[in-house]
Amino acid sequence: MKIAVLSGKGGTGKTLVSVNLAAAAKTSTYIDCDIEEPNGHLFFKPENTQEEEITINIPKVDNELCNGCRKCVDFCKFNALAYIKEKLIVFEEVCHSCGGCILFCPEEALTEREKVIGKVQKGTSDQVTVYTGILNTGEASGIPMIKKLLHENTPPSNKLTFIDCPPGSACMVMDSIKDADYCILVAEPTIFGVHNLNMVYELVKLFNKSFGVVLNKCVEGDNPAERFCVEKNIKILSRLPFDSELGILNSNAKIAVRENEKYQALFSSLLEIVQEEVQHETTSHS
Amino acid sequence: MKQLLILSGKGGTGKTTIASAFIKLSKAKAYADCDVDAPNLHLITEQSSAPKRTDYYGLPKAEINTELCIQCDRCRQNCRFDSISVDKKYKVNPFACEGCGVCQAICPVEAISLKPAVAGELMLHAKEGKVFSTAQLKMGSGTSGMLVTEVKKQMKSATAPTHLAIIDGSPGIGCPVIASLSGADMVLMVAEPSISGIHDMERIINTAAKFGTKTAICINKFDTNIENTKKIEEFCKKQGLAFMGKIPFDAGAIKAINNGQTIVDINCASGIAVKVVFNKTIKLLFEEYPVLHSNDALHI
Repeated sequence: MKIAVLSGKGGTGKTLVSVNLAAAAKTSTYIDCDIEEPNGHLFFKPENTQEEEITINIPKVDNELCNGCRKCVDFCKFNALAYIKEKLIVFEEVCHSCGGCILFCPEEALTEREKVIGKVQKGTSDQVTVYTGILNTGEASGIPMIKKLLHENTPPSNKLTFIDCPPGSACMVMDSIKDADYCILVAEPTIFGVHNLNMVYELVKLFNKSFGVVLNKCVEGDNPAERFCVEKNIKILSRLPFDSELGILNSNAKIAVRENEKYQALFSSLLEIVQEEVQHETTSHS
Repeated sequence: MKQLLILSGKGGTGKTTIASAFIKLSKAKAYADCDVDAPNLHLITEQSSAPKRTDYYGLPKAEINTELCIQCDRCRQNCRFDSISVDKKYKVNPFACEGCGVCQAICPVEAISLKPAVAGELMLHAKEGKVFSTAQLKMGSGTSGMLVTEVKKQMKSATAPTHLAIIDGSPGIGCPVIASLSGADMVLMVAEPSISGIHDMERIINTAAKFGTKTAICINKFDTNIENTKKIEEFCKKQGLAFMGKIPFDAGAIKAINNGQTIVDINCASGIAVKVVFNKTIKLLFEEYPVLHSNDALHI
């Protein structure tokens, strides 16, 4: 069972929820897809880590063979190639690795070379298997890394997998939730929170995912995000209080469920609710 | 015109809260929201009129004319983005297609064309000599960097000569952030005193250093974890990064935001603190000081 945790914006508590659910489940897999700013590993501090470099293919030119026909330059939609002073130059940062230039070079002057864009780490923390994607700073696109994280590490289906998504609703998030059985949307009690919740709400609807909302940082008084859920008839899975003890644990990168019985109970009950929801969905759809 | 860019690496640290206070305090005539994935600045900067809206066309998308298609499978085999599938007929998944044109070029019967696709919307508020540029990316679009560039272009094109522009940046270190950084005169990093926040701050400082952009730091919600706040301050000293001050956690800030106000519109602790940060930042923005270079290793 794959459960994706997402939110319209960073800082709402995706990592808090996904890390603590994975820890509450005892035996589970946690995948950090927020590859621009991965934080899950700071909590899990995984041991026995193995690393694998993630590469993309970009063109390499053999200037001996290139006859300056510019077919590749004209073809490239991303302006990643230029022919200057009788030399072909590749602008690596803007290359999308589509392979078109190599495919259409009549002189076979272009070949592929691998370029490292970051790494994927795998390790364990108690009985949680932790995968982390870390995109190098200055790299534009992490899609190849997300694909690697999600499609090459398929844990057994009877195991719980938690996917900590990147913030927002752009292409990387779509890739992250594609195979999820259930989505948890985390929202803050502010008007920003509602605006951002609405975006991911639209996204999960578009993908026909079953989902529910966790309201985080709840305080006394009005909660615009809660009102939004009630209006749209969205299942509220849990209300996490604004709690300075939890805040301190979390800001010190401690896993709350492993530190304190109270939070163990809180996240275990959230996990049960989510599992019931998924069961309910599968039975009603089969 | 000097451009001040507000960044954080991590989401939720308070970029928009601080940007909106800066806009109010500086009476800036030009400002922009570059968080095109989840723009929020418009929610607390009063806009008296409806914006001018423009469709933003990202990369075109491939479209297969199934009437002409002879099912040779070349397009599917050569698509690096796995965006072509076949189920009796060939079709393109627009969310996966990056508009590279390989399929179009390789199709032997010209059954594939690239069609322009709307990937978002630009919004421009221009009134009484003030310009506010913002945008919203369409769900699942991947060209947020290009849209950020358009947001900044739109701001510049509509602005009368002015000395200051304030830009609310996007989270992360990827393509939208890189697009926000180009042309910025200075970056103010909003850090939060959590282990995650420190980790993300290091990564974004590295990104800014690659561009050689002048960088300063402030800490938001500093009293939620005093230990980590000290760590950040020590880190700034060690790295020679300009430290602009600290803003306390303040329930008043949440109230102000939920009323569509900035923290300097009401009398609250965070509003008082942000004024100090603002004055220091503006002073630094308009003076010269040496830039941190990317070959300086960063470790706390």
